[in-house]
Amino acid sequence: MWKRFRSNMGAMIGVVMLVAVIVIALIAPLLFPDGPWQMVQRPFLAPFAVDGLPLGTDTLGRNVAAQLAYGAQVSLLVGLVSTLVALLIGVPLGALAGFYGGYADEGAMRFTEFFQTIPNFALAIVLVAIFEPTLFSITLAIAIVSWPPVARLVRAEVMSVRAREFVDAARLAGLSKPRILIQQVLPNTVSPIIVMASLMVATAILLESSLSFLGLGDPNAMSWGYMIGAARTVIRTSWWLSFFPGIAIVITVLALNLIGEGLNDAFNPHLSRKGKA
Amino acid sequence: MKYLKLKATTFLIAASLASPLAAQEAGGRLDIVVQPEPPGLMLGLIQNGPTQLVAGDIYESLLRYDSDLNPMPSLAKSWDISEDGLTYTFQLTEGVKWHDGEPFTADDVVFSADVFLRETHARLRASLAYVESITAPDPMTVVFKLKEPFGPFINAFENGTMPIVPKHIYEGTDFANNPANATPIGTGPFKFDEWVKGSHIHLVKNEDYYVDGLPYLDEVFYRVIPDAAARAVAFETGEVDVLPGGSVENWDIPRLAEMDGVCVTEKGWEFLAPLSWMWLNNREGPTANEKFRQAVMYAMDREFMKDVVWNGYGKVATGPIASSTNFYSDDVTIYDHNPDKAKELLAEMGYDGEPVSILPLPYGETWQRWAEAVRQNLSEVGINVEIDSADVAGWNEKTSQWDYDMAFTYLYQYGDPALGVSRNYTADRIKKGSPWNNVEGYENPSLDEKWAAAATMVTPEEREAAYLEIQKEIVDDVPVAWMQELTFPTIYRCNVNDLVTTAIGINDGPRNAWIEK
Repeated sequence: MWKRFRSNMGAMIGVVMLVAVIVIALIAPLLFPDGPWQMVQRPFLAPFAVDGLPLGTDTLGRNVAAQLAYGAQVSLLVGLVSTLVALLIGVPLGALAGFYGGYADEGAMRFTEFFQTIPNFALAIVLVAIFEPTLFSITLAIAIVSWPPVARLVRAEVMSVRAREFVDAARLAGLSKPRILIQQVLPNTVSPIIVMASLMVATAILLESSLSFLGLGDPNAMSWGYMIGAARTVIRTSWWLSFFPGIAIVITVLALNLIGEGLNDAFNPHLSRKGKA
Repeated sequence: MKYLKLKATTFLIAASLASPLAAQEAGGRLDIVVQPEPPGLMLGLIQNGPTQLVAGDIYESLLRYDSDLNPMPSLAKSWDISEDGLTYTFQLTEGVKWHDGEPFTADDVVFSADVFLRETHARLRASLAYVESITAPDPMTVVFKLKEPFGPFINAFENGTMPIVPKHIYEGTDFANNPANATPIGTGPFKFDEWVKGSHIHLVKNEDYYVDGLPYLDEVFYRVIPDAAARAVAFETGEVDVLPGGSVENWDIPRLAEMDGVCVTEKGWEFLAPLSWMWLNNREGPTANEKFRQAVMYAMDREFMKDVVWNGYGKVATGPIASSTNFYSDDVTIYDHNPDKAKELLAEMGYDGEPVSILPLPYGETWQRWAEAVRQNLSEVGINVEIDSADVAGWNEKTSQWDYDMAFTYLYQYGDPALGVSRNYTADRIKKGSPWNNVEGYENPSLDEKWAAAATMVTPEEREAAYLEIQKEIVDDVPVAWMQELTFPTIYRCNVNDLVTTAIGINDGPRNAWIEK
């Protein structure tokens, strides 16, 4: 499987880009020990106008490069944690619904639909506005709006796996139902979940950026969406303030999508070969 | 040689006197942005910014004020304040007619101040509480008798504070629902012509205006353009001639100001004198400690913030009174940017790193950036700061319920400390539920007495001395962190002359304005 993934050009480019972003996020405090809010120079300096400020300064004279690096931390953190939380809600709920069926299924699915009928972004805005924007509330809000598709996917996978012969065999061997679900069924649904999770991280990063853009970001955390939102009003005079964070979002989201595609192809070689033919 | 020099000087004086008179040209139209569209134009009923801007040309009061807040004649040609400060006598200007042709008399003034505005104008009502009687001994004289001396009373005759309304139209009617409110009748230099909702308000020259030759302009259009960027574009393309303060975003100002033939002025806000500060919660947390509050003042580079956040517009505040307000003094402790001093003070008080929050004013990007700059300055001296966030309703709730550590705000001063300053510092103004009173919870009984005494002193000299003492003392206590005097620059084409000549700027600007062709 790894071999198949490795031979996928797009996926490997994605990995390289993502690793780069992660490394930048990790070493941000080493590169810019003063943090992203430090006012270092005159405001509105264009890229390369002054040595040591390759991406220029923003409306308050803060280093755009430092902001980008610290923004990577926030984006990745929110993306990963909110996806993890969404999986923690979605996987058990979907698994129970799919495995037990009946009332459990009905109840879980109606509950899921309740969330699916409200547009993701609108719900996220409402939640953040109610809780007051902090990194915690934003991550939670994104998790809350993104678990329903996970639940539905897991349910469908579990339902199909449950009907396989090895499950019948396990049942005949006298294994208890929870044990069958956890030991036999769930491990066989992992691959689509991984693919979905990688794409969810990308969506979560976009959601966080959109919230920050609208001024609903954590005012104490530097994020790419905040940078674009703050630069929106000066876009005619200082293009670089919105351009660079925009590029950063594009790169990260693209990388995650490429990886997701690659994983999908690697897990489902039949589909991928069909696709190429 | 001496003779020649003298002659030359005389000539120069003569020329400087003559040239503005000779150059004034009559005619033309002025297009001014009004933002947002006013809810109505009856100035006696509504006194919000846009209404004052437009209706300031239609209605007038007894006095106008120059940029040093000295009274100038308007509907009153002269005035006299008795020795004891209790009797204000106004001689009215002759030959004044309402826009419908009726003559203007002292009865209109008595009706406006004593009946109409007492019912409709909350801010004036507070000042009228000092008034015992308003009478008209003859048709050209009005006398205000006060119960006790009230120094700031001379500032109450400004157009937005005491607009004179026509008695013959409003007497005995339901003021708020009078159909005449839709077609305002005043004595001002311009008459109301039409109002196309969502588009423009059209005023035309009052041919019968009582000052010879005024106004110079034939007509004034107030244009309603809802989007800030569109307003900037309208100015760039020449569609409008004047952008009143606050009608475009701060960062657009330098770009527009650089255009050919465009002038910018910060004048015209002397009467309102908006002063911004951060409420510092005097009740609890680190901000309850005076040393901490002083440290905050020393930690901030307010000069930098003015230059960067406000594009250089405004003036760093030295204390509670704005420099254009009466009785201002800078003879107080000056808090310059001194991080070392701030650190010292923090060490003295034994600040333990307890986090404090800053609540920005939710009025857009500028205020957000301002809070970020303050946080950065404070964290540089070791104060642990977080920015809180709230919408307008949340900001009102948090400040009026005292649920904050530091919170940005700004308030108008209306020309006199007794009208717009003491309300934020005296103990009797500590009242939960309003974000405009003594929100910080500062209590200083000896100062309270001084504030009260200063308001009712008779001569300006006495008041000056009293307010100097107050300023010296309060600035050392730092009840709030004074940030800066805000100015909202007016942007206009340089060929529009004499537009901003008074303390209320373009609110009564078109009266004297003229266009150079």
